[in-house]
Amino acid sequence: MPTRTLTPGTETVERALVIDPGQRVPGRASGFPLRREGPAKLTGAAKYTDDLVFPGAWYGITIRSTEARAKLLAIEPDPDVDWSKVVLATAADIPGDNVVSLIKDDQPLLVPVGGEIRHHAEPVALLAAPDRETLRQLKGRIKLVTEALPPVFDPEESDHVFAQYEVSQGDVAAGFAAADLVLEGEYRVGHQEQLYIENQAMIAVPGEDGGIVIHGSMQCPYYIHKALKRALRLSSVQARVIQEETGGGFGGKEEYPSMLALHASLLALKARRPVRMIYERHEDIAATTKRHPAIVRHRTGVTKDGRLVAQDIEVVMDGGAYCTLTPVVLSRGVLHAGGPYRCPNVRLRGRATRTNTPPNGAFRGFGAPQTEFAAETQLNRIAERLAISPADIRRRNVYRLNDTTPTGQVLRESVAAEEVLEQALGASLYERVRERTARDAAQRRGSGTIPAGTLRTGDDRTATGIGLALAWHGAGFTGSGEVHLASVASVELTADGRLRVLTANTEMGQGTKTVFPQMVAAELGVRVDLVEYAAQDTAEVLDSGPTVASRTVMVVGGLTILAARKLKAEVEARNPGVPFQEAYRDDAQAHGATRIDQQFEPYPGVVFDDETYLGDAYPAYGWAAAVATVEVDLDTAEVQVRDVIAVDDVGKVIHPILCEGQVEGGTLQAVGYATIEEIKLQEGRYLNDRLATYLIPTALDAPHIRSILVEAPYSGAPHGAKGVGELPMDVAAPAVVAAIHDATGVWIHELPATPEKILAALRAPDGGGARRKGAAAA
Amino acid sequence: MPAEPPIDSPRRLFEAYELLAAGSTRPIAGGTDVMVAITGELGPIPERMLDLSRLEELRGISLEQGALLLGARATYTEIRRSTVCREHLPALVEAAATIGAAQIQNRGTIGGNLANASPAGDTLPVLLAADAVILVGGQRGEREIPVADFFLDYRKTALAPDELILQVQVPLPRGRSLRFRKVGTRRAQAISKVVMALAWQDLGSAGWKDVRVALGSVAATPIRARATEAVLEGAGPTPEVADRAAETLAGELQPIDDVRSTAEYRRAVSARILHRLLRDAGGW
Amino acid sequence: MSAYRFLVNGAPAEVDVPGMRRLLDVLREDLGLTGTKEGCGEGECGACSVLLDGQVVDSCLVPICQVEGRIVRTVEGLSLAARERGSLDTLQEAFLEHGAAQCGICTPGMLMAARAYLDAGGGPDEDPIREAIAGNLCRCTGYSKIVDAIAAVATPAD
Repeated sequence: MPTRTLTPGTETVERALVIDPGQRVPGRASGFPLRREGPAKLTGAAKYTDDLVFPGAWYGITIRSTEARAKLLAIEPDPDVDWSKVVLATAADIPGDNVVSLIKDDQPLLVPVGGEIRHHAEPVALLAAPDRETLRQLKGRIKLVTEALPPVFDPEESDHVFAQYEVSQGDVAAGFAAADLVLEGEYRVGHQEQLYIENQAMIAVPGEDGGIVIHGSMQCPYYIHKALKRALRLSSVQARVIQEETGGGFGGKEEYPSMLALHASLLALKARRPVRMIYERHEDIAATTKRHPAIVRHRTGVTKDGRLVAQDIEVVMDGGAYCTLTPVVLSRGVLHAGGPYRCPNVRLRGRATRTNTPPNGAFRGFGAPQTEFAAETQLNRIAERLAISPADIRRRNVYRLNDTTPTGQVLRESVAAEEVLEQALGASLYERVRERTARDAAQRRGSGTIPAGTLRTGDDRTATGIGLALAWHGAGFTGSGEVHLASVASVELTADGRLRVLTANTEMGQGTKTVFPQMVAAELGVRVDLVEYAAQDTAEVLDSGPTVASRTVMVVGGLTILAARKLKAEVEARNPGVPFQEAYRDDAQAHGATRIDQQFEPYPGVVFDDETYLGDAYPAYGWAAAVATVEVDLDTAEVQVRDVIAVDDVGKVIHPILCEGQVEGGTLQAVGYATIEEIKLQEGRYLNDRLATYLIPTALDAPHIRSILVEAPYSGAPHGAKGVGELPMDVAAPAVVAAIHDATGVWIHELPATPEKILAALRAPDGGGARRKGAAAA
Repeated sequence: MPAEPPIDSPRRLFEAYELLAAGSTRPIAGGTDVMVAITGELGPIPERMLDLSRLEELRGISLEQGALLLGARATYTEIRRSTVCREHLPALVEAAATIGAAQIQNRGTIGGNLANASPAGDTLPVLLAADAVILVGGQRGEREIPVADFFLDYRKTALAPDELILQVQVPLPRGRSLRFRKVGTRRAQAISKVVMALAWQDLGSAGWKDVRVALGSVAATPIRARATEAVLEGAGPTPEVADRAAETLAGELQPIDDVRSTAEYRRAVSARILHRLLRDAGGW
Repeated sequence: MSAYRFLVNGAPAEVDVPGMRRLLDVLREDLGLTGTKEGCGEGECGACSVLLDGQVVDSCLVPICQVEGRIVRTVEGLSLAARERGSLDTLQEAFLEHGAAQCGICTPGMLMAARAYLDAGGGPDEDPIREAIAGNLCRCTGYSKIVDAIAAVATPAD
C-alpha cells in the first residue's frame, strides 16, 4: 500500500471511515464522530473516581517509610490512641501473597516487619477512618522502628541487575577499523513524572461474596484484577474491576494502580465498608512511578561522507527500588537505541539496576525517548564534525525498505522514515532557516555566543536556532508480547437488537471510546451512534490486554474490525440478500444475541526469539520527524521553544482530530522533557515533589505545534494502523536540543537542557567546548 | 483536604486589632499563600485565622501628595489595571503580571506578598528599589516601616504578631527611573530564580543618584545590593561602569543551590541582567 | 461553624460549615457539584477554577467565609440556558468540535478561565488567549486545540 501524507484541514483526508455524512457534525470534526464522552466532560457531568459517592465509605491513607533503605523492626501505634475507632492494616493482614503481581514478585504491598524498606516513600501500613480529620491527627502517631541500611543511589554502582540485554549484528571492531571518524558521547536523562492532572484514585467496595469491587482511575483493569486475585486470594468472580472516567495516564496508570487498588481493598475488607484512597498531588509525585533515568554511551564509526559503519551503544537504566516493568522498558530502550538508521556493525548493550529510589515504570515512549535522545544527539554531533547537514546525514543512513535492524529484522513494508524526514524538512524550510541562523551566529561578536565575558551582555539579546530529529517506534508489544497476551475483543449484536463493542481497553483521553465504535460502525455499515462501547468492567468484558504500548487502535482495534466482519458475515448469511444494516435488528429478534469473541492471532510472518533477541522485534514501526525552532535568551539562557513541526507516520489515520491531539500532546510532553521537567534528588528523595516545584509547560510555554500525519499502512493489521500515542514523545526532545545547539553553539548532553546547564556550557573556558568533548579521530 | 481552623471575619479594623491582640491568629487575605500552608504538610497548622476580606480600609489604590498609596488588599489584577500604577510605577505592574496567572493575580495581594516575605516574592524588589514605606497598625497604634527594614530573616518580618499591614506607600520622586526583570522557571505560574529591580535618578553630567539595586531569590530575604549601588551612585551607565557593577554584584551575592536553580546560575545571571539593564539605560 | 449564603449558578445556596472550608470542598462535597476538579490543592494547576463575581479563581485557595454574599459560577452553570435546550453552549461546542478536551480533567477549569476571558471582551488573538489560560495546566492536548477553540468563539460571527 502506498504512503500518503494527510494535511489536516484539507480535503485530501480520506473519509472512508465516515458513515453518516448526513449527521450534524459541524466545525473541524466535520466528517468524523465527535468525542463520545465529550459532552459529559464538558458539562462536568462525567464522573471521575473522586466524584463518586459511596454512602458510609471511609477514607484511607498510606503510612510510608521516610528512609531510603532500612530494616523494618516494628510498627508501633501510639498506645495513647484509641485505635478501635479506625482500621490499621499491615502486611500481617494480607490474606494471600504479599506481592504486587507484575513481572517479578519483588514488590510487596506493604513492607512486613522484619522486611527491608527499599525507598523513602515505601508503603508500610494503611489507615482508614470515617473522616479525614481523624486521619490527619493519627497519621503521625504510628512509629516505625527501623535499623538503617546503606542505600545505593547510583545505578552504575548497584550490583542488583533487574535485566540486561545484548544485541549485535556484523563485526563492530572491523567497523570501527574501517571508520574515518569515531565519535564518543555520553548522554544522561533524569526522571520524568507523567503528571496526569487527575491524581491516582481508587475506591474499594467489599462484596457480599467476600470479594471486592474496585472503582478507579486506571489504564489496565485486568492488571488490577490479576493483582487482587493473588494478594487477596479471590476468585475471578470475587475480584471485579471497573474503570471510571480517567483523567490522563501516560503510563503512570499502567502498573501503579494495582498497588493502590490492593491497599484500598485491604482496608475495605478489614473495615467491611467501602474505602476511598485518593492521592493528593504531593503524595502522587513523591510515591508513584516515573520515567527511568538513563545513561547512554555511544561510540560511533562513520565514513567521511557520513555513513554509519559501526555503533557500540551502552544503556544503563535506573530501575528504582523494585522491578515493576523495568525489563520491558529497558528492552524497548535498547532495541531503539541505534535510531532509525542502517548500520552494518552494531552492538547494543543494556542493563537496568536497582537503586533505593521509588520504583520507575511505564511512561509514554517506554524507554525509547531516553535512548533516542542519545542517538539523535550523537548523530547531530557527528554531522557537525563532518560538516554535513543534519538532514543529509539522515538521508544517507535512514532505513529504507528491506534494510535490516540490529535484531536481524528485515523491514519488508511500511517504512516511512524518508517520507517523514522530507515532509518535516519541507514544511519547516529547514535548510533555509539553518542558513539564516548560521549567518546570525557568525555575525555575533566573539565566540558567536557570549561576546564579552561571562558577566556581561552582548549586542544580541536572543539567538534563534533550528533543530532536526528523527525517530522510530516499534508498534505494539515488543517481541512475542502480543502472542503471550492472546487478547480477546468482542462485538455483539444483543438480543434486543443493539450493537456493542466489548474490550478492556480504557479511555483516558486518547479517544478509545470514539474510535472503536467508529471502526466497528464502518465495518458494519451502520451509523456510529448506533454502536455502543461497553464499560471497562471485568465482569462484562474479556481481557483484550492493557491500554499501553500504542497498541489500542492497532492491535485491539484490529480485533474489533475482524469481529465486526465476522458478525456481519454471520448475520448476512442468515439473511441472504439483505445487507447487515437492514438485517441486524430483525436477525436479533429471530435468532437472539450473536457475539463474536475475536482472539489475537500472530501477525503473518512475524517471528521473534525471546531468548536470542533475534528476529522481528515489532511487527511494524511508526516513523516520526520533528523540527523545532527555539529562541534562547543570551543573557539568561532561557529557552523558548517557538515552533515544532511534527510529522508522524501512524500507518492509518482513523480520526484525524484525535490523532493530531495525540501528536500535539506527546510533542509538548517531549518539549517539557527537553527543557523544564526535572527531578532533583537528595538521599533518594525527590526534591521536586509538588506542582510548585515539578514544572510542566503552561500554554505560554508551549510551542506552536503543527502536526502532519503520514500513512504507510501495515498490512498485518486489517486497517493498516500502527499506533500513535508514543511516537511523538520519542522525537521532539532531541530536536529541541539540536535547536539549542544551533542557537548557541553548545551541546547539552543531559536532559533537561536547563538554562543553568546552557549557561554553564556557554561560560566554559573554550566557549562551548562540550561539542568536542569525547571526540577522537580514528 | 486541608485543616479548617476557626476563622473570624471582622468588618472593622478595631475588631481585627482586638482579635490579633487576643493571641495567635493568622491573617488571610487572598489566601494564595496561606491556603497552601494549612494542609499541615508545610509546617504547623495555624490555631486561628483572621479573615481580612471584609476590611474595606485595606482596599484601594490612589495617588496622594506625590506618593502612590496601595491598600494592603490591592490585588495583582487591580495593580495591573490601575491607571495610576501604570503611569507612576509601571515596574510594579510588570512585576504583578509575572505572578502566577489570572487565578492568582485575581486573589493575591500586595500586603500578602509582603507578609509572606518569601525571598522570591516578585513585587518585593520593586518596593525595595522604590523606597516604599509600609504602614502597619494594631491596638498599640500605627507605625511606618521602611521596606528596607522590613525583612529580617528567612520569612521573618518586622511586623509584630498583633499588627496588620494596612498600606504600602511608594514615594514618587520626580525623574526616578525604575526597571524590573524576572528570570523565572517558566513563562507563567513561575517562581523566580532571580528577580531584580533597579532604580535611579539621572542628574545628567553629575551621574546617577539614589541608585537602588534590589533582588529576590538570591538570599534568605529580598535584598538590596549595597556594594553594587555604591559603584553606580554618582556614576553613569557607561560600559565600564556596567562591567564594574556586574562584577561587584557577582561578588556581593551569596545565593544558594535549591530545587529551582543553582548558586552559580543565580550569581551569573544577576550580573548579566544588571548589565543588560544598565546597557539599555545607557543606550549602547 | 456558621451559615454562609451565596449564589451558585444562579441559585441561592446556604451551607453551615467551618469558614475555612475551601470553596472547592463546599462545591464538591457539600453541594455535590463535582464538575469542579481538584488537581493539586495549591493553586498550581487550575483544575478547580471557578468564577467568583465573574473573576476566575482557584477554588482550592478560597475559604468559604470569603464567598458570603457573592456569585459563584461553575462548569455546571456554564450552559444553563443551553442545557435546557439539551445542548452545549458555544464554548463547550467549540471545545468538542476542535478536540480541545481529551482526558477532560482540566476541562472544567479551562472552560471557566476561557469564559472569564471571553466575558471580559477577549478577542481571537493567540497570545492573550494563552495568557488567559496559563493558570490551567493540561497534560493531554499541547494546548493548541484549546487555543483554537477559544479563538473560534471569540471570533465575531461573519
